[in-house]
Amino acid sequence: MRGNAAEHELVAPGSLPAVLDLLAGAPGQWTPIAGGTELMVAFAAGRLTASKLVSLWGVEELRFFDTSPDKLIIGAGTTFSDLRSNPIVAADFPLLDKAASWIGSIANQTRATLGGNLVNGSPAADSSPALLVYDAEIELISVRGKRCIPYREFHTGYKQNAMTADELLYAVHLPRRFANHRQYLRKVGTRRAMAISKVALGATALLKDGAIERIRVAAASLAPFPARLGKTEAALLGHRLNPSLIETARNALLAEAQPIDDIRSNAQYRKSVGANLLEEFLRALLSESAAK
Amino acid sequence: MLCVNPYGASHFPTMSTPAKNRIVGTSVPRKEGVDKLRGTARYIDDIQREGMWHGATVRSAVPRGFIRSIGFDRKIDWSEFGVVTAADIPGENHIQMIVADQPCLADGQVNHCEEAILLIAHPDKHKVREAVDAVHVEYDLLPPVFSIEESENQQTVIWGADNCFKSFQLEKGDVDSVWSHATHIVGGEYRTGAQEHLYIENNGVIAEYSVETGVTVWGSLQCPFYAHKSLLAVFNLPPEKVRVIQTETGGAFGGKEDYPSVIASHAALLAMKCGHPVKMVYDRVEDLAATTKRHPSRVRHRTALDANGKLLAMDIDIATDGGAYSTLSSTVLSRATLHSPGPYVCPNVRIRSHAWATNTVPYGAFRGFGAPQTVFAVERHMDEIAASINIDPIELRRRNFIHEGETTATEQLMREPIILDKLLGRALVESNYYNKRAEFAKENSGSAIKRGMGIAAFYHGSGFTGSGERYLNSLAGIDVTAEGKVRVLVSSTEFGQGTNTVLTQVAAEILGVEYDDVIMAPPDTGIVPNSGPTVASRTAMVIGRLIERASQQLLSMLREQASLPEQFSRQQFFAACEQLRKKAGEVVSLCRYEAPPDIFWDDQKYRGEAYPAYGWSVQIAQVAVDTVTYSAEVEEFWSAQEAGRVIHPILATGQIEGGIAQGIGYALYEKVVLQNGRMANNQMTNYIMPTAEDVPPIHVFWEELPFGHGGFGAKGIGELPHDGPAPAILNAIRDAIGVSFNSIPLLPEDLFAKLSIAPKVEEPASV
Amino acid sequence: MSAATPIQLNVNGANLTVTVQPMKRLLDVLREDLHLTGTKEGCGEGECGSCSVRMNGDLVNSCLVPVLQAASTNIETVEGLARDGILHPLQQAFLQCGGAQCGICTPGMLMAAKHLLAYNPHPTMAEIREGLAGNLCRCTGFMRIFESVLSAARSTTQETHAR
Repeated sequence: MRGNAAEHELVAPGSLPAVLDLLAGAPGQWTPIAGGTELMVAFAAGRLTASKLVSLWGVEELRFFDTSPDKLIIGAGTTFSDLRSNPIVAADFPLLDKAASWIGSIANQTRATLGGNLVNGSPAADSSPALLVYDAEIELISVRGKRCIPYREFHTGYKQNAMTADELLYAVHLPRRFANHRQYLRKVGTRRAMAISKVALGATALLKDGAIERIRVAAASLAPFPARLGKTEAALLGHRLNPSLIETARNALLAEAQPIDDIRSNAQYRKSVGANLLEEFLRALLSESAAK
Repeated sequence: MLCVNPYGASHFPTMSTPAKNRIVGTSVPRKEGVDKLRGTARYIDDIQREGMWHGATVRSAVPRGFIRSIGFDRKIDWSEFGVVTAADIPGENHIQMIVADQPCLADGQVNHCEEAILLIAHPDKHKVREAVDAVHVEYDLLPPVFSIEESENQQTVIWGADNCFKSFQLEKGDVDSVWSHATHIVGGEYRTGAQEHLYIENNGVIAEYSVETGVTVWGSLQCPFYAHKSLLAVFNLPPEKVRVIQTETGGAFGGKEDYPSVIASHAALLAMKCGHPVKMVYDRVEDLAATTKRHPSRVRHRTALDANGKLLAMDIDIATDGGAYSTLSSTVLSRATLHSPGPYVCPNVRIRSHAWATNTVPYGAFRGFGAPQTVFAVERHMDEIAASINIDPIELRRRNFIHEGETTATEQLMREPIILDKLLGRALVESNYYNKRAEFAKENSGSAIKRGMGIAAFYHGSGFTGSGERYLNSLAGIDVTAEGKVRVLVSSTEFGQGTNTVLTQVAAEILGVEYDDVIMAPPDTGIVPNSGPTVASRTAMVIGRLIERASQQLLSMLREQASLPEQFSRQQFFAACEQLRKKAGEVVSLCRYEAPPDIFWDDQKYRGEAYPAYGWSVQIAQVAVDTVTYSAEVEEFWSAQEAGRVIHPILATGQIEGGIAQGIGYALYEKVVLQNGRMANNQMTNYIMPTAEDVPPIHVFWEELPFGHGGFGAKGIGELPHDGPAPAILNAIRDAIGVSFNSIPLLPEDLFAKLSIAPKVEEPASV
Repeated sequence: MSAATPIQLNVNGANLTVTVQPMKRLLDVLREDLHLTGTKEGCGEGECGSCSVRMNGDLVNSCLVPVLQAASTNIETVEGLARDGILHPLQQAFLQCGGAQCGICTPGMLMAAKHLLAYNPHPTMAEIREGLAGNLCRCTGFMRIFESVLSAARSTTQETHAR
């Protein structure tokens, strides 16, 4: 234990307006802390630089599901346990349900929040590929009001995002129009549980008459931040699905991916396995469409 | 309440001989179990002492160099702190292991990253941390050596005259006479990586010092008398002025065999300097970076066989990486050497082995102690031979198994029955080996998941090597307290394996008392005799036997001096004890180790009885290789073994299962990533051990052959199970995908590196 | 710098107030301020689960909870399992089935197991594995722990654990 509690101020204003006022009053000085599964690790390691922290735990305005016929809105303070027990998530967004089950352990899932996962911005974030292929939107809030941006524009660099200093991540919006899409998500981690992903790939697709009518592909750990693979998608969109297209898509992914070598894995492995995952998805699609 | 078996009837510990004793052979509750389950067991970090300060260590940032200067940042008021350097050591600046080459604190030169240079203590543990960061050490760098190859080529000499900590050469028959007429000659090179113990409780101690009483250390440790010996030298004190007390120990696996001598010395030096008790408990980051690991190894085999697949000659070359100081490298190398030929009989065997110095944290004891390295090599090699000469790997082993009446590589005549064939048969039947192999061969071609079965057969020598037990000359026994409790007097420690329970069972059985009538004396060098270290799978066999003898001796004393009848009740036993106490003042019975007869060992030629007894095992792994992710997983595991009499079936089975889980980690998950000689992945999130979701169903089967010289017939169990999983798993991977891997840990990245370029089937090189 | 603040907790049924730094880890408050040393620290990074406790019925790693976030919650630790000297069925099962070896992971493992059975009184093997995956045990290879949990689940004396 290398952190010293005396060196970090922590306050819990308890309500969303109070938190927003605090952030607005001293922009950039307060670091929000939700379930602590990231920041408390840094604290124990003596790496926590934030000297003033504001607790979002127990701020009920951030922990909600808002369901309408065309949308599911998930509060940023929703935990992964909450996600795993929500029937709409399970029915309409099975990839997100799956991703939630991959976060750490049960004890991490009860504390880690969806908003925390996104704001932390790890390239390996478990929930990101699913949100990216579901066309999620991010709703940000401050004393100035709310604004929405596409999730794919949220991450702007390694551990950087589009939020301003006085903003909080308020909610994630998921359009309910993927039920008829073929969906895929696979995480390749260091082990079965309690694993950080070496590479993860998500995809949603619609096929029409054997051709790819809609395609979304997103990955974790193939770039400095979780991202859609636009060039790979472009290589697939509108084309007839066949073995040679699969090879083309593999090559597009291999060209587009920019993973790194680190102590968990290496770039070559990440790229190739990323391509293998894409191929696994496309082959399943192909055999399904052939069966029809 | 009955224990429910999750994996069908075969998962339960099954005994081939029924228990005939009252207590021995039954699964009584773990002696200290209730305290552990209630959370009241006191581990070192649960203990506070009045006026206690906290200690921390300033460590080397470089792998090798001279210390040019040590600067103390002026932002700190150093008068508040206790600071210890090498100059403060009243005795020898050496940790007493086998050779006194490891300084307690670096003096002028450092030889590995994280080497301790300076110690700091303060009442506030956060201030200690700040102070550590405020010490600035400057170095004049020296060229480091990081690999076995760099060390053995001796271009840079970092230790002694030639970088070699120890070497052995042994020869049986005449190996060189064989090559010219052998039908087959098969060579291979095999490598194993470092492995971290990852006990869940980190290393830690509390030390006190006073001029009157000397040094007292409480700690998480395996061998109180090892720490005692080191403290005597560091403080230049007589034995009665040093006291070491083991506290509840949260896992050890060899990792608390030698290292506690270091941290105990450090804390005690601080306690002396500060005039306060000092606690030093490492956090995970420090424990991973600074404490010992399993020795990495490289083993080369060259093997000659006749046309029938019988072994004619084995030429084995072993090299281990010992790290910066010799610590236990010589004895680890000895065990590695003695286990390298596998459980086979071969008329001509030559083994040459070397332990080399490198500029990394010294490698130390870890469950198996050299054997997992060389068993990996020989058992992997057997499958390569089988493939090379086109014979079933099971059949190759069966043709060459050693039997009673045959001799090992050290020309030890095997006097006890060896039931390898029976163990093999059991493992094959229970795992449904042949049917599964056939089934997988059919399914694999159409699937991205390729399955395979692999085997390993091996032995593990119980107790110290060669003349080691005679040198240890262990003393152990029992006494009976005035409160009417039988106490077991040993320095043998409990760290999960079941020492307390098993020794208690032995005493209770012989003395005719209840299990609850027997307690353990505190593991305190001021109270208990030196029964030797708790290592080498020796406790149940060697110390169990001493307790058995001491108990029998007490009964004789009671019969002779306190008229205990031949048949007696529990009440009569305790009444007789009180009678003896009135006469003699105390009721105590101690016994000293006696070697089994006809034991001969030549330390020079490495010839003779290498071990008093051997445990034997056959393990089978079923693996699945995913060709999409290049990951290999163990799906199911079977282990059949004979280790003498099983004193406690559930504890014994728990040892096997735990050892296998560690062996699976060793094979497929656990990698110590070194950068510039420093562990770079020194966090639990980056050092990957198998979780509850990764360990497969493990099925354990016992055959019992009581050993005449072990406690109630016991032989060693603890280390045996760790020897086999790695080769069994890599053999199963070869079976699954037809590609050989000869190096562990085998991570998906390693599979990828070979599979993404390799042809489909690869044959081993014939030399 | 931050000032110590009074924080109310209910620990194993007892209401109490601790005056500590708000960022102090719940783990350290339990161990240092309340002397409940049954809860262990194995890694300090939420990986090993040795510090598992239940907070308002949720399983948490107490090393990752700043105590301010535990204010006014009910905390259950290993010390609260046995009642009136009678071992909890899980403790009894671990004792009988060999679920504890060195014992350092045991308190956290028991809390994770209790949490699992509270929501799922008759778990499958897969559910047990998932429920305990955040609690690393280096001694047992987990087999005896799985048996212990299954035994406790089947034990007729299993008390009902309200959410």
